[in-house]
Amino acid sequence: MGQIQLTQVTKSFGDVNVIPPLDLTIQDGEFTVFVGPSGCGKSTLLRLIAGLEDITSGQIQIDGQDATNLPPAKRGLAMVFQSYALYPHMSVKKNIAFPLKMAGMEEAEQERRIAAAAKALNLTDYLDRRPGQLSGGQRQRVAIGRAIVREPSAFLFDEPLSNLDAALRVGMRLEISEMHKRLETTMIYVTHDQVEAMTMADKIVVLQAGVIEQVGSPLELYRAPRNKFVAGFIGSPKMNLIEGELAAKHGVHTIGIRPEHTDVSTTDGLWKGTVGVAEHLGSDTFIHIHGIPGCDPLTVRAGGDIDVKHGDTVYLTPQEQHIHKFGPDGLRVE
Amino acid sequence: MARAVTNQRKAINTAAAWIVGLLIFFPILWTILTSFKTEAVAIADPPVFLGFDWTLENYRTVLERSNYARFLWNSIIIAGGSTVLGIIVAVPAAWSMAFVPSNRTKDILLWMLSTKMLPAVGVLYPIYLIFINLGLLDSRLGLVVVLMLINLPIIVWMLYTYFKEIPVDILEAGRMDGASLKDEIIYILTPMAIPGIASTLLLNFILAWNEAFWTLNLTAAKAAPLTAFIASYSSPEGLFYAKLSAASTMAIAPILILGWFSQKQLVSGLTFGAVK
Repeated sequence: MGQIQLTQVTKSFGDVNVIPPLDLTIQDGEFTVFVGPSGCGKSTLLRLIAGLEDITSGQIQIDGQDATNLPPAKRGLAMVFQSYALYPHMSVKKNIAFPLKMAGMEEAEQERRIAAAAKALNLTDYLDRRPGQLSGGQRQRVAIGRAIVREPSAFLFDEPLSNLDAALRVGMRLEISEMHKRLETTMIYVTHDQVEAMTMADKIVVLQAGVIEQVGSPLELYRAPRNKFVAGFIGSPKMNLIEGELAAKHGVHTIGIRPEHTDVSTTDGLWKGTVGVAEHLGSDTFIHIHGIPGCDPLTVRAGGDIDVKHGDTVYLTPQEQHIHKFGPDGLRVE
Repeated sequence: MARAVTNQRKAINTAAAWIVGLLIFFPILWTILTSFKTEAVAIADPPVFLGFDWTLENYRTVLERSNYARFLWNSIIIAGGSTVLGIIVAVPAAWSMAFVPSNRTKDILLWMLSTKMLPAVGVLYPIYLIFINLGLLDSRLGLVVVLMLINLPIIVWMLYTYFKEIPVDILEAGRMDGASLKDEIIYILTPMAIPGIASTLLLNFILAWNEAFWTLNLTAAKAAPLTAFIASYSSPEGLFYAKLSAASTMAIAPILILGWFSQKQLVSGLTFGAVK
């Protein structure tokens, strides 16, 4: 079990109000990702759930029980930190065993769980090493091992992959996703990387300045962003937001069109522009185009074989059914 | 551009370091040399540096006249006891200031340090009276407590500096893993701070060993440590320089040897946090 419910939760540091009243329900077994730019309060929110910070007002329920004033260890949650936060003076085995030792578990059961976790995480050969003798990826595995042996009702991840290099990050992302499918335990994952959010989440919570901008599945957020902030944040490269006369033709303040929903031609189209930079990735080409009124540069995603370079004139045609419309208040208009 | 370190510059630096080192060491060297002279040679004018008949007579006399072992034992008990007691009091204090700081933490730290600027003699009278009332005069327990209090600001400061270097994440991970405050201090904080705690122990043991004001004023015979042992050979009349030097050499020898073998630890402790 691992249902977590936040009711009217607020957090202030002194006079600074970091989280205004916030309601959120995370269902049992769900993989929920908190995403937002740095300073949006996503890590604070995670720490409030963990119990590492006290909430200023409101209530936190875990599995229907009031956990607002419970110390971290009594909440039945396990956390994986960005810095791994391994105990440097203990071997890998002792690191993983630490929560079990604190819980007063008998030795035989400890051994069994450590062996199982080490096997699942490919750490069996490293159990006697110290964290300082491991690579970043291995350290992160130890941190995960320390979390899973406790069999918590929910896992909390605080930007766990941001210290790893790009290749390792993709691998660990898959491992964590597979772990979730296998364990079917609630996971809350904080990241500023919208690609991680899109690929891993059952449910994404987009935050800005402590306020929840939108909650939904990755595709819901992609297809129907509730406002300009979510529209710009979800999707890569980000959505082009166009103001002015082109938007006025659609009767709204702002229109949004994703790079992948814009057709490019060197001969004809609706809008005319000049190529600034063309990024050839092999499979795709991201073209940054100048000269479109209300949006400079405008980014489009074309096929890998398109042959354009700096200074070329191109014509763009947005796919009508994929145009997002936003009012002057930034909210979506249907 | 990196500053060029020429050989000439290196030689000058080395020479300067040697000169400063010898200047600091000279009084100790002179004391040790004098301890092997006869009383007559010790006051000879001009002074004799090395060319004299070496004698162990002073050491023999000093050992006959005084119970060196008792003074030594008192020094060990007082310096060791006050240091261990100080650590026990300072660890929780430094923990709270390093990990749950309040707006006043810096002020408290500075206030603690400011007590070190007070001339000790300023509080001699009240402390002497308290000692009389509590029956602590000339007791090892009394000195352990006083020296612990005298050195506490330094112990707290040093530990605070070490604890500040420990990432809070690791302590929070401990809390998530179910460690109580006691578990956190025993299993996580202390093992990680062992190098720092060791050099704090060492430095404060040395400071307590060398402390003379309180040990001389609050003891008579029973609890007197090596500082009193030295003082007993200082006399306005008679020829006592060589014997005084022998006593001094015997008093500083244990701590010199300890310092010699632990100098690596001491240096790393004193520069901790200053260089990465």
